[in-house]
Amino acid sequence: MEIPLALRGIIVITRKNMRLYYTKPPVLMFGLLFPLFMFFAFFVGRKLDLVTFFPAFLAMMLFFTASSVGPLITPWEKREKTYERLLSYPVTQDSIILGDVVAGAVFGIGISLLVWIASLFFIPVAITSIGLFALAFILGTLSCAALGALLASPASDSPPNVIIFSNLIRFPLIFISGIFVPLTQMQGPGLALAFCSPLTYLVDLFNAAMSGTSVFSPAVDCCMLAGISVVFILAARLIQTRNLVKGL
Amino acid sequence: MNAIEASHLIKRFGSVTAVNDVSLTVCEGEIFGFLGPNGTGKTTTMRQLTGVLTPDSGAVRINGIDIHRHPLEAKMQMGVIPENSTVYGDLSAEQNLSLSGQMYGMPRADRDKRIDEFFSRMGLSEKRKLPVRGFSKGMKQRVSIACAIIHRPPLLLLDEPTSGLDVQSRRLVIDTIRDMNEQGSTIFLTTHNIEEANTLCQTVCILNKGKIVAQDSPERLKKMFNTTQSVEVSFDRPVTRDLFAAEGILRAESCGDKWKIFTDNPDQVLKYLVGRAERESITITSLTTSGPSLEEAFVRITECA
Ligand SMILES: Nc1ncnc2c1ncn2[C@@H]1O[C@H](COP(=O)(O)OP(=O)(O)OP(=O)(O)O)[C@@H](O)[C@H]1O
Ligand SMILES: [Mg+2]
Repeated sequence: MEIPLALRGIIVITRKNMRLYYTKPPVLMFGLLFPLFMFFAFFVGRKLDLVTFFPAFLAMMLFFTASSVGPLITPWEKREKTYERLLSYPVTQDSIILGDVVAGAVFGIGISLLVWIASLFFIPVAITSIGLFALAFILGTLSCAALGALLASPASDSPPNVIIFSNLIRFPLIFISGIFVPLTQMQGPGLALAFCSPLTYLVDLFNAAMSGTSVFSPAVDCCMLAGISVVFILAARLIQTRNLVKGL
Repeated sequence: MNAIEASHLIKRFGSVTAVNDVSLTVCEGEIFGFLGPNGTGKTTTMRQLTGVLTPDSGAVRINGIDIHRHPLEAKMQMGVIPENSTVYGDLSAEQNLSLSGQMYGMPRADRDKRIDEFFSRMGLSEKRKLPVRGFSKGMKQRVSIACAIIHRPPLLLLDEPTSGLDVQSRRLVIDTIRDMNEQGSTIFLTTHNIEEANTLCQTVCILNKGKIVAQDSPERLKKMFNTTQSVEVSFDRPVTRDLFAAEGILRAESCGDKWKIFTDNPDQVLKYLVGRAERESITITSLTTSGPSLEEAFVRITECA
């Protein structure tokens, strides 16, 4: 009986999150507009080769969209005083976190797919391995959405603080993850830093799937992304349990 | 079986022990009142009963199900209205109810039927599609209660459901509680309104500084303190305090347009008042006697502890 009950809770929470939080201004701003601006700022009008850089751009899009929903939900619910009620429904804190992660992941996949499909009309983007491409989408949004949930956990009941904090973490990541400077051209401390960023592996995996060239083997990328997701979710759970009473 | 069985609950926040070894039993089918001064741990206790907080030690069983081992099954048994609860302001009343029904796994047809029932009962039909954000406090609380009872829970826990409501909304809430109880639900009611507890509850539990200081039926609690009784009287014209200088009258207070007389012998006082009014040809416009009040008992219990 536990499994279907728990599953139902996650599904209902996910649906609630989708309905309530996809259209919140911070999500639209930092999840949707921001990566598009970055794209125009860095790629358009320069001599960068769009086709070569497209996998990295797609990874960035996925990263921003998927990680923008998670940070908002719990602080928002705590501020609006709906969190305690949510917790007294037949759900656990774990189902709430997972519901937040899934909502973020669905947002990420949806928007990135749209961007990818739209781009088909403008640039000749090749895909060398459909399987890897799909895997990159799934593992990528999962890990980025998990990062989103983790970013929400230290906060209590102030959405603005969380948005600032999460952007403070998210923005630097895009500069050290081989998006604007390919990994192969990085060296020294820059490269060491890149190894620490989860986004690096996603960029690498998209490169492997679309152009067939990657720094790590795709298997390594996949394992890293899967491992990162698990670690992020567990960490989010630990911190959120500790912070439970804050702003209840 | 007991609806709620809590044993030796302890909860600390840093150095503050909010709930200190609380054990309580709520029998099936009763309305259980949970009283106590501000900040004595009522909400903290209730959060542990509803599985929102995990106690530092102690256990809670809901209809025999340990809530910390099987939280989902235990939570399926109850409807909860937390203290500062609100429903989702961005959703309409109808969407809120529907969400709540989904949380409890109600099939769609069942849900829709219940929702229609509510709107005809709670008198919000014309607002069912509007976002709850624009509702008044009383309307929000109605939606909130409807969300908690949509699945007809065998156990309903409410934390100060009537605070800040006007008479109509308050009555509606109380009537809903009564109805639910008549249909077999057990009610756990936290309140500051002692009169409410007095008229509604079969058992009253008084908490003070994190500990239970009394638990009994309201009538027996009142008798525990042989509290003085009072007589309230009003006349057709103003009288002075001298009128109440008589044997058996302990104290007389003027309250608005009437006098409240404290006594331990109401019989003697009534006879005296009637005789005196007759002699001085003053008309008595109203006369009531009241027994020892639960409020008095409450004050004494929480004072001495
Ligand atoms: N999240 C929290 N963090 C720290 N202390 C808390 C927290 N929640 C409650 N407390 C403390 O625990 C004690 C009991 O609080 P609680 O809210 O349970 O009281 P209450 O009886 O419900 O009061 P009221 O009648 O005002 O609602 C208080 O001293 C309060 O300061
Ligand atoms: Mg309280």
